[in-house]
Amino acid sequence: MKNFSPGWTLIKIYTFLVYIFLFTPIVVVIVLAFNPKQFGIFPMEGVSLRWFIKLAQDSAIIDAFKNSLILGALTALLSTTIGILASLAFIRCEFPGKNTLNTLLLAPIMIPEVVLGVALLLFLRFLQMPKSFFLLLIGHVVLTLPYVLLIVQARLGGIRKDYEDAAKSLGANAFQTFKEITFPLLLPAVLAGALFSFTISFDDITATLFWATAQNQTVPVKIFSMLRNSISPEINALGAVMIVLTVATPLLAGYLSRKLSKLRE
Amino acid sequence: MKSGKWKPWALLAPSVTAVFLFLVIPVCFIIVYSFWLRAPSGADIPAFQFGNYAKFFEDLFYPRILLRTIRIALESVVLCVVMGYIPAYFFYRSTSRFKQVFLLLIMLPFWVSFIIRTMSWINIMGDSGLINHFLLKIGVIDAPIAMLYNEFSVLMGLLMYLLPFMVLNIYVSLEGIDKNLLEAARSMGCTEWQAFREVTLPLSLPGVSAGSLLVFVLTAGTYLPPMILGGPGNDMIANLIYKRVIGTLDWPFGSAISVILLLLLFAIVWTYNRYFGVNQIFKSLQGK
Repeated sequence: MKNFSPGWTLIKIYTFLVYIFLFTPIVVVIVLAFNPKQFGIFPMEGVSLRWFIKLAQDSAIIDAFKNSLILGALTALLSTTIGILASLAFIRCEFPGKNTLNTLLLAPIMIPEVVLGVALLLFLRFLQMPKSFFLLLIGHVVLTLPYVLLIVQARLGGIRKDYEDAAKSLGANAFQTFKEITFPLLLPAVLAGALFSFTISFDDITATLFWATAQNQTVPVKIFSMLRNSISPEINALGAVMIVLTVATPLLAGYLSRKLSKLRE
Repeated sequence: MKSGKWKPWALLAPSVTAVFLFLVIPVCFIIVYSFWLRAPSGADIPAFQFGNYAKFFEDLFYPRILLRTIRIALESVVLCVVMGYIPAYFFYRSTSRFKQVFLLLIMLPFWVSFIIRTMSWINIMGDSGLINHFLLKIGVIDAPIAMLYNEFSVLMGLLMYLLPFMVLNIYVSLEGIDKNLLEAARSMGCTEWQAFREVTLPLSLPGVSAGSLLVFVLTAGTYLPPMILGGPGNDMIANLIYKRVIGTLDWPFGSAISVILLLLLFAIVWTYNRYFGVNQIFKSLQGK
């Protein structure tokens, strides 16, 4: 295709408009976070940091942040750990019912979050247990596990078994082989899986809204409850902080991992 | 660790236990609960009767919400295909040095919290939002146009959330097309447009259909965009579940509606799988 044809120009313009559509809402949140006015949205008169200062002084929001970070980190840790173990079984072992089990473990992707939200809550109610942080953690692990499995299995399938066989023939036991050979080769996928589960957990609202309590809030749930009144500069400021966190973290991680791999070479 | 017969089971035990205990059993619970009775005292009585399902279909109120859910899901599929195909094609044919950056940008919204992307439409479409502010300023209108709290604003929220999924699905299938086929078409004397129509478009349809299924399933199960951007007449089936379970604590009825939603999705996925196969979808997820 000649890149000067009118058709190609139209395709470029169309794509650009789709970008505008996707990014305007995100940019507007960040811009309005600096709005000095108390009410309304536009017009903006000047720039102010007052809402960020207000956020930093709001203990409920700080608590929600702490909660979200701890929850995301624990979800990533648990999900990635059990996901790696399961992936090893699926890629490196032969056993009856393999495909059925793999499909079962990917099922959470196909079940709507609303249904999972109700189901876990109902189960808890049946066991007569109160809502707790533990419920959020379990729920988030179930939600994120399929993504870890997909990412890790894809990578593991690409690692030749010869390396592991070589290690074993040199006298390494299964655990040593995993520690010295498989895990280092798998590391990029492990980090990607962990990052993915952290982000999903940190952002999740659909199912989390069923599981959260007034004592156990996450940032998205907090935003949701603030929206009850109407949109405010404070919500936009909180949104801006979230955007910077969730976008900057993966970008930085990607950048660092590229740097590291270059250093190794 | 011995390499005996039990090894894979040991590796699988934690995940299988977690999924069984916290997904399979709870979903079975929903099914059982949907047959229970709700007593006036608020307690639930174990029973086996179809009253909750009968209640759903006894008048037009609830089936209307079900039909609206299907309609909005189809609308968002069509809009995603219309808006998503061309950008995906652009990535596929782009020879720019910045191709990776463009792709990264399409994935960026995935990392921005869903609730923030949804609520930001209020900043844009509200009475003092970006669009009204701009139109008032250039003097096209004298009073703000009400754009929020209707089906259109719900669709905007849904698109914002689903479009990247569609673009990536189509892009992955386009990348899988053998470039030699295009060369062959061209050497046979096809024009650019003919080559696209005869080769590229048909071969990219698996991506379009996989993206469509994903968008349909995700739309049918969502309640936040209608809750935040819709009005009282825009509830979808998931909103109903939320209201019955969190609002009125009617667990048996809420469970029955959840089962109806699950049945709808299974019917869709099963039909799709018969004709297309679901493997394509997992492929695109791995491509992320």
